[in-house]
Order: sequence, then structure tokens, then C-alpha cells
Amino acid sequence: MTIVDIGIPKRLVEFTVDGSTVRVPEGSTILDACAAAGKEIPTLCYGDTLEPANACRVCMVEVEGSRTLVPSCSRKAEPGMVVHTDSERTRTSRKVVLELLASAADLSTTPEVARWLAETGADPDRFGPDAATVAQPAIVDNELYVRDYGKCILCYKCVDACGEQWQNSFAITVAGRGFDARISTEFSNPLPDSACVYCGNCVEVCPTGALSFKREYDKRADGSWDESRQTATTTVCTFCGVGCTLTLHVQDNEIVKVASPHESSVTHGNLCIKGRFGWQHVQNR
Amino acid sequence: MKRKKTEPYVRLTQPLVRDSGVLRPATWEEALDRAAAGIRRTLDAKGPEAFGMFSCARATNEMNFVAQKFTRAVIGTNNVDSCNRTCHAPSVAGLARVFDSGGGTSSYQEIEDADVIVIWGGNPREAHPIFFQHVLKAVHRGAKLFVVDPRRTSTASWAHRQLQLEVGTDIPLAHAIAREIIHSGLANHAFIERATEGFAEFAASVEPWTLEVAEKTTGVPAGLIRELAHAYARADRAQLSWTLGITEHHNGTDNVLALINLALLAGQVGRYGAGLNPLRGQNNVQGGGDMGAIPDRLPGFQDVLDADVRAKFDAAWGSSIPPRKGLNLTQMLDAMERGDLTCVYIIGENPVQSEADCEHTIKRLSNVDHLVVQDIFLTKTAQLADVVLPASAAWCESDGTFTNSERRVQRVRKALDPPDGARDDIELLSELARRLGHDWHHTGGEEVWNELRSLSPMHAGMSYARLEELGGIQWPCYSEDTLEPTFLHGRLWAEDPAERGRPAPFTVIEHSPPVDLLTEEFPIRLTTGRRLDSYNTGVQSGGFPSPLRQGETLDLCPEDARALGVVPDELVRISSRRGEIVAPVRLDKGLKPGLAFMTFHFPDEIDVNVITIEATCPIAGTAEYKAAAIRVDKLPVEV
Ligand code: SF4
Ligand code: SF4
Repeated sequence: MTIVDIGIPKRLVEFTVDGSTVRVPEGSTILDACAAAGKEIPTLCYGDTLEPANACRVCMVEVEGSRTLVPSCSRKAEPGMVVHTDSERTRTSRKVVLELLASAADLSTTPEVARWLAETGADPDRFGPDAATVAQPAIVDNELYVRDYGKCILCYKCVDACGEQWQNSFAITVAGRGFDARISTEFSNPLPDSACVYCGNCVEVCPTGALSFKREYDKRADGSWDESRQTATTTVCTFCGVGCTLTLHVQDNEIVKVASPHESSVTHGNLCIKGRFGWQHVQNR
Repeated sequence: MKRKKTEPYVRLTQPLVRDSGVLRPATWEEALDRAAAGIRRTLDAKGPEAFGMFSCARATNEMNFVAQKFTRAVIGTNNVDSCNRTCHAPSVAGLARVFDSGGGTSSYQEIEDADVIVIWGGNPREAHPIFFQHVLKAVHRGAKLFVVDPRRTSTASWAHRQLQLEVGTDIPLAHAIAREIIHSGLANHAFIERATEGFAEFAASVEPWTLEVAEKTTGVPAGLIRELAHAYARADRAQLSWTLGITEHHNGTDNVLALINLALLAGQVGRYGAGLNPLRGQNNVQGGGDMGAIPDRLPGFQDVLDADVRAKFDAAWGSSIPPRKGLNLTQMLDAMERGDLTCVYIIGENPVQSEADCEHTIKRLSNVDHLVVQDIFLTKTAQLADVVLPASAAWCESDGTFTNSERRVQRVRKALDPPDGARDDIELLSELARRLGHDWHHTGGEEVWNELRSLSPMHAGMSYARLEELGGIQWPCYSEDTLEPTFLHGRLWAEDPAERGRPAPFTVIEHSPPVDLLTEEFPIRLTTGRRLDSYNTGVQSGGFPSPLRQGETLDLCPEDARALGVVPDELVRISSRRGEIVAPVRLDKGLKPGLAFMTFHFPDEIDVNVITIEATCPIAGTAEYKAAAIRVDKLPVEV
């Protein structure tokens, strides 16, 4: 009786990206293949530990023979495929998508985005002030993490991380539809009244800083957050025997953030409340 | 209702010594000299067997290696143990007896690839959350999950079937499952004949445990027992996992052996995806034992009774390791009471609050002539010490390794400097060794690790460089250019008898109900466990502002609360044959009538171990935290 398929070894697929031939294991996406070949394709909603959400449209590439651009994060590489990542069409598409995103959300804490805006020559202000979503205050309803929906691009990564793909707590979901769609707890309750268990796994995958740890939020607010003074050291959680891998971000000999390496076979980037937040005791000095 | 809020612990930054009964600050020189002098005094007056070491399951492998080396090579005794005694010693004892190795047999990836998963006496959704993510992956892929637990826990809410047994009836349930497997013709006879021994006696011993008899004893419907038996035996790859619900009983090792019998019967061990996995409570319980910080094994789980093994270590260390097992933690506590053990060195452990029946533990530690405690906080245990040495925090202030529940050795790295005044554990052990006439110097975790690798074949292939490159390596790993399968005991399936090695024995086990009997005076069964955001005695987890934390409560089912006339948040008196405490009531529909639940996370507010029972497992020395008999009374109305 075998119910669970545990997979068979993968064959290699050969195809062309921007003129050079690449070989990747069967089932790889165009994005995986480009990353393996050392070629950067900008993306916001892609999560290396998550199934493609196909939401942000930043990673579109041109595939010869295909009428429309295709999302490289979800399209699988096929033998003989010819892909262009940096053509006129992809550049225009990327520019417009970034302009729309940056005009509707505050991307000031999104890594890399400033560079992409400059590279594509995008001008988010060209839609005028009316296009910008109404600024909303960050929600600080607990001591561990903060939700600042003014920075949310609706990529759904947090919902997926909290749901069946990892955490299985289903504390946050997408409420409303279309233009009104937003990420929310059930009935928009404060987090302490939701199913949230404060694992921080949603924060781990949020690409824009719409979800951030309270310590980081506070330090940004008082101007003392300085990534250039931070070190990141990978070690192991001190709590239960599962042995989760932690990356401690330390600034001025103080732990300011805890992440987990996404490639860890133990955690795949996930932690529980103790590993994520239980470090304060070593700093009570 | 407002309750006393305890202040978080503050790091120790200055050594302390006791003068005329009072702990006062001292210089490092003075403190270390005093610590060493007390040890020397003991050795001169009473010899090495009057010394005991409590090593630390939270610290690195390297620190545990050095702590046991200090005990064996500097002092000359095998009296070294750690708090694994209070949780998983029965798992190690049971697995080692059957398979010659005390580790869980599978990897986390194999859990994801299993098609039947049985979680017995554990609540990993809260106590081992990231392990449970691997279980949920399997569940979403179609695996069947069975949860065996007296409580309907958050783990159980994911189960296809839950078997809600009476506390302490694990053996009858296991026996009934075994009998059902045998009678349905589902036993794996090819495996049994080839790789096991003692089947006939075992089969005869479970014969009385029909489904009906077991239903009466365990409270689990016969149909459910039958379903679990059939699913487990028919599965391609079945996983059986347990935690403290199995081990923290007076007969914990028997419980573990009863589960191992099932795996032997169904051939669910020694193959990819099929295995037996105790989930370890502390970050490095596995490693502490592997490093020899236990009284009967040298590093690499090598038998201290084996003369060749001892000779190898004696040659490396210039020592003469005693040819007998040392005292385990429980026996050390008894020896303190008798006055035989008079000098105790405790590293990073808090037995005053973690041992069952804590008043008794305080009395025994106070009986000791010289107590040295090395810790990052002034714990309740440290407050009893003659010398207190401030240490660094292993997981983020030192370099080394931990070993997790899947036997994966992973690098621990120094991410920040300890506070001024705190010093590295290994450095402190070296300072003391030097004062006792051994020229020890601590040059770093890697050097210690390489010494371990030269003495422990199962760690030989794990250089720091390779651990880094591979994201950790599971033991055994015998050489730098090989990796073993992710599961243990594949040998049992080998064609060649020589390769197969010693057959795995079935064990005949008698049912023995909890020691603390339910009577009219003490009619309620109290069991204990963990909650998601807290950890053991709360010394560490009390340090962060968890929105989930609710403090200690006495959890009762609504029926019992109604019968007692108590309401949520009401303070009640909880008494056992050993003592009494006061705690507020909380309702939990997951409990059955007659069953109450508490944690032990908040001992500074409410010390549950005042009422737990100290009856211990004779084989492994683990206390029966999971089954006390209590009564609950309303408090008298104040006038
Ligand atoms: S912290 Fe964890 S439980 Fe809470 S919303 Fe985020 S992913 Fe969900
Ligand atoms: S993060 Fe949570 S599950 Fe992982 S080791 Fe730490 S306490 Fe255990």
C-alpha cells in the first residue's frame, strides 16, 4: 500500500536564455534556471520556499513563440525553449509594473527595488497623487510584530506561509475582492484575538517590510536601525530538540532580528515563537 | 484576577562565593581557587566517588565532552549525568537495549515521506512545532495520522484518529495492538524470523490483551485500537514517535520497549521512512548523551564497561577511568542524602526547579559539603551554591555543535560577546583542571571537536568544514568521504547474517499502573506538559513578552469544574500526598472527567513540582511527572 509518492530522480532539460544554453533538472522554472545561471530576474512575490503565487508580474520574460509575456516564477523550463529576459518588451513591462506597484504601496523598505526602478527608468509619480492609496497607520497590537499595510503589495506570501504550505494556523487571509482586497485577520481582529501563534513565518517571507518584527520597527522609528553595522550569524535554537537553524542579526552586540535559512532541511525558513522571539533572556544584563 | 508577576532573570556577571552563609561577590581568582580547593578537599578526604557532575543538555557537544572528561580524567569517577534523566533517559535505555544505539532512527524528511504516522504521548504541535510541520507535510500528502494521548491536544486536532487513553495505560494499549496484528496475520514474519528474537514468548505474553480487555483498561474503543493496529502493520512506511507522555512514568523504559515491540512486529524500523523516533525536549539532550555526559557511556556511546574502550581513552588522556558505571542523576541525589556524595559541580542545570518533589531536592543539595554552580543566571539552584561561576550562553556566545532529534550535528556559532564578567564554560572547566594539576588550555570548539572525532568512530567523518558545507550531518559518519543512510539499523534487513549482527530482541513487559493511586481522598489524575510559548522552568522563556502567555493554571474539563463548583480564574487549592499549592482554574474541553493538567513553566509563581510524584523508573531513573493523584478544593472564603 503506497499512498505517498516520494519521487523519482529528475532528468535534465536543455534550453536557451539570452543566447546561452542552460541545463536544469526537469521541473525547474525559468526563474530557477536563471538564478542557477547567475542571471538576475527581479521579482517580489516569488518565495523560494513557497509555491508561485503569480501575483506581482515583475518577473515576466519573453518566450519565443508565445504571444504574451510569461511569468518566469511559475513557467517550467521546456526542452528547446528560447527565453529573453532583457528585451524591449520585458523592459517596458517591468517598468510599468514597478511604477504601478510603487505608486500604490510604500516600497521604501523593499530591498533592491530602488535599483530596479532606476535601471528600468520607472517613474512611479507619473500617475499623480490620486493613484496613491490612502496612507494608513501601522497596526501595533502586540509586542512581537507589526503590520504596516501601506507597504503591502498583496503578494499573498504571508497568507501562504501561515496556511497549508507551512504554518497551518490560517490566522491571516485575503479579505475583500478586487480593488478592496487586503490581507487581514479574521473579522479584522487584533492579532492577540486571532489564531496567530507568533511564529513570525509570515514576516520571514514578506518582501516589502509590510510585516516586520517589532524590534526592527522600533529601531527604524527611532533611527537606530543600521544594516551596515549588523552581522548575520547562523547557529542553532536553544529551546526544543528539533534543532532549528537560526540566523541571528546582531547590531552593537545586541540581537535585533532572528531569521532562518530557507535552505535548511530542518526549518525551510520556519521557526516557532520560541526560536523566533525567545532570545531576550541572554540580553537581560 | 491579578497574580504576582515575576521579574525576568538578569545575567550573572560576577562570581560569587559563600561566606558565613551568605553569597558575596568575589574576583575570578578567588572564586576559581575556592571552587578548586573544595574539590581537592573532597578528593583528599573521601576520594573521587564523592564527586558528582551535572552536565548540561543545553550546552554544546564540546562543553559536554569536556565536562565528562573533567569528571573522568581529572577527578576519576563516572558520576556524570544531565537532565536527560528527567525526560528521555528511558528512550535511550530502551532503544540501546534493543538496537545497541540510543538515537531516534529516522530523519525529518522521512517523516514527510511516511504514509502512517503515530504520535504517542506527545503534543509536538506545541512542544516541537517545526517537527510537526514535517508531519503536516505528510498529512497534506495523504499520510494517516494517529495520536495517542489522554488529552485532546492541538496535535490531536490534526489526527485522523485519536486514541484518548487513561493515563498510564500505554502498555495495555500497545499489547492489544500487538495481539491484533498477530491475530490478523499482519505480523511481518520474514523480518521477525530473520532479524529478531524472543517472538514466541512475546506473542504469548500479549495473548490476554484482547481488544475488549484493553478497551476496559485503557478507555479506548476496541474499533479504534483495531484500526491503528491494521494501519500501522499494513503501511509501507510507518513512523512511531513519542515524547514525555511515554517516558515520564515510573516504568518509562517499559513503555518505550512496548512501542519498540510494535515496530519489530510490523517490520517498521531499519528502512527508509519506517522508524522509531523519540522527540527530544532540549536542544542538546541527544548530544549530551552522545558526548559521554552519562554515567555508563564514554563519548560516541561507547560502553564504559568495555576494557578496550577504556584503554583507548586512558591512553589519550593519561587517565584511569573506573571500570564501573557511575551514578545517574537520581542516584546522585540519593547519595547526597546518605552523605556519600559531598561535592557537586552543576553546569547550567536547575534541578531545584526541574526535579519532581523539589523540597526534597533542596534538602539534598543543602546537605552537600561543596556545591559549585556554573550558569548564566542566579537560578534557585545557584542560590544554594558555595561558589557561583557566571557562564556564557552556549547557543549564541560560543562556538561548537548541537545534535538534534534526527541525530543531525549542526554548527553553533558565536554571534555576540557575552556580557563583561561572564566566561566560556570550557574555559572555566580548563581553569579548574589546571588548579587540580592538569595542564588544560581551551583554544576553541574546533580543537575539542577534533579530539572527540579521534576517539568516537561515529563522529569521525564530521569535520567543522564538512558540517558547514552540508548543513549538518547525521551520525553515524565514520569517515570524511562517506555518508551513511539517513535512517539507522538497515543492517537488520541484510541477507548476510554476519552483516545483520545481533538480532533485535522482543521484550516481555508487564502492565504496571501509576504508583500514585487514585483514592477517595485524591480522586483526580494530574498530568503535566508544555505550552507553545514557554519552556521548562521558564528561566529563559520568561524573558520575552509573549502575547500567548497566560501563566500557570489548573486545567479541568467543564464537567469536573461544575462538579467542584469552581469557575475560570478562581483560585483553588490543589493537594497531593506530598504537598499543596494554589492555582487559578482554566477550562479545557480537551480533558476528560477526572483528568487535570498543569505545566511547570512558572515555578517562581506556582511550583507544580511540589505536588508531583518522585516515583522513578528503576532502569532509567526518570520521575513519574505524568501521573500524580490530587484533590482540588475551593479556598475558604476570607472574612
Ligand atoms: S506569525 Fe505565524 S501564525 Fe501569526 S500570522 Fe504570521 S504566520 Fe500566521
Ligand atoms: S524554533 Fe521552535 S521548534 Fe525550532 S528548535 Fe526552536 S523551539 Fe524547537
